Amino acid sequence: MILIPAFNETGAISDVIREVRQVMPKTPILVVDDASKDATYDRAKAAGADVLRLPHHLGLGGCVQAGYKLAFELGYEYVIRVDGDGQHDPKYIPDLLKILRQTGCHMVIGSRFYQNNGAHTSAVRAIGIWMFRIVLRPILGQPVHDPTSGFVGVNREALQVFTGSFPLEYPEIEALVVLQRKKFRFQEVPVQMRRRKAGRSSITAVKSLYYVVHVLLGVFVNVLKFEGRRRKE
Amino acid sequence: MTILSLVLIVVILYSVRRSRIRVEYSVSWLAAAIILLVLSRSPGAFNWIAEQLGLTYPPLALMMLVFCVFLVVIYRFSVVISDLKDSNIAMAQRLAIVEFHLQNRNEER
Repeated sequence: MILIPAFNETGAISDVIREVRQVMPKTPILVVDDASKDATYDRAKAAGADVLRLPHHLGLGGCVQAGYKLAFELGYEYVIRVDGDGQHDPKYIPDLLKILRQTGCHMVIGSRFYQNNGAHTSAVRAIGIWMFRIVLRPILGQPVHDPTSGFVGVNREALQVFTGSFPLEYPEIEALVVLQRKKFRFQEVPVQMRRRKAGRSSITAVKSLYYVVHVLLGVFVNVLKFEGRRRKE
Repeated sequence: MTILSLVLIVVILYSVRRSRIRVEYSVSWLAAAIILLVLSRSPGAFNWIAEQLGLTYPPLALMMLVFCVFLVVIYRFSVVISDLKDSNIAMAQRLAIVEFHLQNRNEER
């Protein structure tokens, strides 16, 4: 299943669904509408996707988790997340799926910075990503080049974990730590990302600082949970 | 502080009676009010606690004690709010999924 979380993405959602369908014509597409105030729901339905409509705004983490819960209930083995703003290029979906199927890893990340594929980001975000890489390296036991990427695929085991425990705000980084607690494996696949097709990012300059503090605290708490459980064993 | 404590106790009991707050949440407020009442009627206990905290200026000691007591109450409510938020999110997700299944069933007909 292709999972597309969307919040106020009227301008991009139809194109995203169409592009996904071109690459994966037989794979079900589920848009999770996080209580958008615009025509995201109608556009997604008109484009032929299934739409899970949340009764009120939960944020990205709650939205993605809702999609994971439904995908698990419906019995899907693999779920690839493609954001509804058009930044994730669907042409890389087969690459993510191939890694999940062939290597047996539990999560695959479409990474902008893996194998130096020339990706660029703003200076502030670059510093943030560099900092998260340093923090995560000892926790995960391996380097992760793009910890903030939302272009991820998960297998059914990871799905089951995420239905019970999934970070509700800024989930990308903490999700890695949640999986690490279960000793699950992840891999990265080089991708190139695009600018969002329409709308605005929810992470503003002011929210960036809150994002950093929030995520670091979340990582720290998840590590404590992991250490606590390990000591009990 | 005695009057404040008594007023707080009366307000809390009245609120519980009128079902404005749940009984389990009134316990924190009543405990805080009773602690303050006891301290206000027992200068010895109050002075001992102030001494343990290293505070020699009585008004400051009083403020610190009141602050600490209400800090505990506010923390308890943060725990309650967090639980409520988790439940709310889970319920919203469940509702969306149920509606999804219902809609699919209707569309199949």
